[in-house]
Amino acid sequence: MDIKKQFKEGLVTQNPVLVQLLGMCSTMAITTVFFNGVGMGLSVLIILTCSNIVISALRKVIPNSIRIACFIVVIATFVTIVDLLLKAFVPALSDSLGVFIPLIVVNCIILGRAEGFCYKNGVAASAVDGIFQGIGYTWVLVVMCLVRELLGNGTILGGLSFINDSNGIRILPEGVGALGISLPVGGFLVLACLIAFMQWALARSEKKKTEEVAQ
Amino acid sequence: MDVTQLFSIALGAILVNNFIFSQFLGICPFMGVSKKVDTALGMGLAVTFVMGLASAVCWIINEYLLVNPAIFGDGPNLAFMQTIAFILVIASLVQFVEMFLKKNVPSLYQALGIYLPLITTNCAVLGVVLLNVQNNYNFIESVVYGITGGLGFLLAIFLFASVRERLDATMDCPKAFEGFPIALVTAGLIALAFMGFSGLSVF
Repeated sequence: MDIKKQFKEGLVTQNPVLVQLLGMCSTMAITTVFFNGVGMGLSVLIILTCSNIVISALRKVIPNSIRIACFIVVIATFVTIVDLLLKAFVPALSDSLGVFIPLIVVNCIILGRAEGFCYKNGVAASAVDGIFQGIGYTWVLVVMCLVRELLGNGTILGGLSFINDSNGIRILPEGVGALGISLPVGGFLVLACLIAFMQWALARSEKKKTEEVAQ
Repeated sequence: MDVTQLFSIALGAILVNNFIFSQFLGICPFMGVSKKVDTALGMGLAVTFVMGLASAVCWIINEYLLVNPAIFGDGPNLAFMQTIAFILVIASLVQFVEMFLKKNVPSLYQALGIYLPLITTNCAVLGVVLLNVQNNYNFIESVVYGITGGLGFLLAIFLFASVRERLDATMDCPKAFEGFPIALVTAGLIALAFMGFSGLSVF
């Protein structure tokens, strides 16, 4: 088990959103205010880690032909638990994320990791993988939220009830923001720029490596 | 039954609150299966069919097994089981559709190929079922919302695939944007056009 490698893969080189291109729906849909992004990211992190642990523990028991159905039942169980917990303790978050919390069941990141990693690896490695992939997803959401909230609305850290009554800290003067960025269009455009940046950065580091080898 | 209300649900699902461009449901197959118009159309039709069927079956299950389990006498309210019950229903429906097509319409089965099982994890299908529950739709409204939501998905994926076919042939874009990012930008521009419908309302 190579924790350092898993860390790097989860956060950068195999980032679930920017490199594996999984879980696009929620990434674009809910990233309008900071609180949503953090809440969604942490929910996925918890569900992913728990389902990774259970699935890798059961991997020798689950028959190959019905494994997808088994994965979905395990994932749906944890999603329901988190959904009910959020409804009970953080109702504001549950309201603003709406249908996207139960939809974590069909988030391809979780099913993708179950199929691609947990079904072949041990419990400890799968748990670590869940945590790092979850962090990789969360940081992308947080960056998307920061960019979209700042450009679209002129504020940062919105939605947190203890900062300025959920209105966030105003950075740009009132009326300067480009409303389009907070709308669905902005989701597509900001994510496109992030992925493009990632492709550029990965290509650059690849080039550097080959040059070093050549010297 | 109020026909204007059904019409307004249909219009909302196809144009105003399009599943792809305004609700962000079903982005994965939308990006993955839109490189060719033919396969995009097949996928759109299959999704429409499954969405309609899932809306009907899940409404019945939700109403008579989960919320009012009258069959078992004074049963408990099992509404908390919705997510698990719905995803299992959808998975088995997709499996059933796959077996049915394989036996009876092998040509369509061949054309859809690997895309059929992928419909299970299409969040538009689970999304439409959950939205039906959230909006308290009755049986007919649920089915209409399911089918027209699917048609909205079909419209979106068809438009996008048509644009993308040309884009891939004649594109000249920065290297970093090649592939997925430029497709996202294209989808964003179509979404911008769809925002023009947002003022549209019936009565």
